[in-house]
Amino acid sequence: MGYTEEELANDLNNKEYEFGFTSNIESEKFPVGLSEEVVRKISAKKNEPDWLLEYRLNAFKIWQQMTEPKWAHVTYPKPKFQEISYYAAPKKKYESWDDVDPEMKATMDKLGISMEEQKKLTGVAVDFVMDSVSVATSFKEKLGELNIIFCSFSEAVQHHPELVKKYLGSVVPSTDNFYAALNSAVFSDGSFCYIPKGVRCPMELSTYFRINESGTGQFERTLVVADEGSYVSYLEGCTAPQRDENQLHAAVVELIALDNAEIKYSTVQNWFPGDKEGKGGVFNFVTKRGMCNTNSKISWTQVETGSAVTWKYPSCILKGDNSVGEFYSVAVTNNYQQADTGTKMIHLGKNTKSTVISKGISAGKSQNSYRGLVQISNRAENARNFTQCDSLLMSDECGAHTFPYIECNNKSARLEHEATTSKIGEDQIFYCQQRGISEEKAISLIVNGYCKEVLNKLPMEFAVEAQKLLAISLENSVG
Amino acid sequence: MQELRKEKMSTLLEIKNLHAEVEGKQILKGLNLTVRAGEVHAIMGPNGAGKSTLAAVLSGKEGYTVTAGTALFDGADLFALEADERAKEGLFLAFQYPVEIPGVSNINFLRTAINEIRAYRKQEPVSAKDFMALVKEKSKLVELKDNLASRSVNEGFSGGEKKRNEIFQMAMLEPKLAILDETDSGLDIDALRIVASGVNKLKNAGNAIVVITHYQRLLDYIIPDFVHVLADGRIVKTGDKSLALELEEKGYDWINTAQKV
Repeated sequence: MGYTEEELANDLNNKEYEFGFTSNIESEKFPVGLSEEVVRKISAKKNEPDWLLEYRLNAFKIWQQMTEPKWAHVTYPKPKFQEISYYAAPKKKYESWDDVDPEMKATMDKLGISMEEQKKLTGVAVDFVMDSVSVATSFKEKLGELNIIFCSFSEAVQHHPELVKKYLGSVVPSTDNFYAALNSAVFSDGSFCYIPKGVRCPMELSTYFRINESGTGQFERTLVVADEGSYVSYLEGCTAPQRDENQLHAAVVELIALDNAEIKYSTVQNWFPGDKEGKGGVFNFVTKRGMCNTNSKISWTQVETGSAVTWKYPSCILKGDNSVGEFYSVAVTNNYQQADTGTKMIHLGKNTKSTVISKGISAGKSQNSYRGLVQISNRAENARNFTQCDSLLMSDECGAHTFPYIECNNKSARLEHEATTSKIGEDQIFYCQQRGISEEKAISLIVNGYCKEVLNKLPMEFAVEAQKLLAISLENSVG
Repeated sequence: MQELRKEKMSTLLEIKNLHAEVEGKQILKGLNLTVRAGEVHAIMGPNGAGKSTLAAVLSGKEGYTVTAGTALFDGADLFALEADERAKEGLFLAFQYPVEIPGVSNINFLRTAINEIRAYRKQEPVSAKDFMALVKEKSKLVELKDNLASRSVNEGFSGGEKKRNEIFQMAMLEPKLAILDETDSGLDIDALRIVASGVNKLKNAGNAIVVITHYQRLLDYIIPDFVHVLADGRIVKTGDKSLALELEEKGYDWINTAQKV
């Protein structure tokens, strides 16, 4: 598989944020502000059933009574919720791929995920979300043959309301936290995926999110349900155009693995991190959680290089006996980026097992924190956890922090926690240089080696993208 | 000595009046050295004479400042080149303390290096098949076990394995000039023989080797054309291989005393 040095060299020549462009697509947008009326309008716009409107209104009430969480190791100006527009949709609707606006196609080309290419070459079905409304979904028919449902959240509400109603909020209730409540009230669109009993999804399901409207907050909602004995690998990739003002993103992702099912959820996140002075950039406050039933497995893999502020803890509730939760993470911060990320592994069932591998890389003046909870309930006999938490420092002005929490209520549990902090070695860089490898490439090589355990968990096409992202994110970062 | 040199042999390295300092401390104080293709030079000397500083300065390690003098490498101004450019031009340093790079396989490391060097020389990247054939061929030179090639660079290698890996890398990169910085330190007699035999097989009329060593024993296996004694930042004595034996016998004090007279 071709991750070539030339590709990397080309990327390295591109010093500015690669995807910092804006496409001129006519879009329909609500005036700024948030009220019960806005919530109703969003629901009406999407022609939603009453139960969903009720769900939103209830969440809105909950949100109004909540305050923003303050415990994360990040500082940022509080988003002005009344200055955000809560709905933006491209005006034109598309009947077929041929009808899609050429400019939108061009945007996708720049992202390297043109539908044509995707269709022909990769076998990856892409549900492309641009400003909240899905404009194209490919491979639907092929998936349809297996009765796999993979569509935008709005479509799922229209065509599969019983599934949505059953599972929406079942893992992340509206009361969970401030941003989950906000999302539950105003979520615009997102993705829905259902794998029927015993079906092994034959391709990686992939969704590309993109924030495209200036001043538009994005509130994506993702729901993945793997029915008994099924398997799915789901890819989520994010890019955003360059912006001066901060953009708020508060997504909710819920995964449900029924008995004997397995879900792999991979993310490469590359939202605009702000410029070198720390101006601009995306606020990324995400709630991701999976529910594991008996003998099931949920595996989160993430490579986080973007966003000005990240607040994200993909977690697993290991409810069923013998269930397995995994979390593999690489979080890179550079310049003035701040990340507070980690996972929660909640062991409820017997013989449950979890693995946490976290690799933090801090450069510039950034702050990078790992925050993780491993909780063993009194019923969770023979629960096991292994946590490895490594930090790599690239400069003298950055920070790496680790906040591990362990709550163990069962004596049969076995918990291991390993942590290291190291500074990228000048000796390592010189050693590479002495063999003919340039400094930039040496850093890329060393960092990729450091992250190998996590990158190995990504599907191949994502691993390639992730390696490039790491190199781009860490340009000129050794100090 | 000069008469022994054949006219057609090209000069690979020409160091004139080299002065260098580390953290403000003058270490090299007017060093001269000329190395031609096909030659093996040994640089010996007591601790603190500047042997490893010479290797570091030539290979472009940060923290070493050249305060005077010149070095031409195959006709190019060596000190005008970045460390990686010097390597790309064909300068190789076998490290006294090889560095570990966790998570990066020896193979990936070397393929990256080879392709970087090839790109510098406007050549196509090496194909996976050719590369693996090369790995197989060259690893035999130093009796490197197959699994060492696929393991992370130097990670968990024994002292002997690390040194053998250095020579393996040298074999893969085929430098014009190789500097072996105390490659014999920490080696038992068997490993020493393997390493030396690898180096001898790599020696040819087109390249040159500079062996930096403390002891004579490596020179039993890698026979030098010239032996230089480095003391107090300068080469104070040059001779043939018998000089190494003399040093072994009389110790470095003999040189120091001779200097002072």
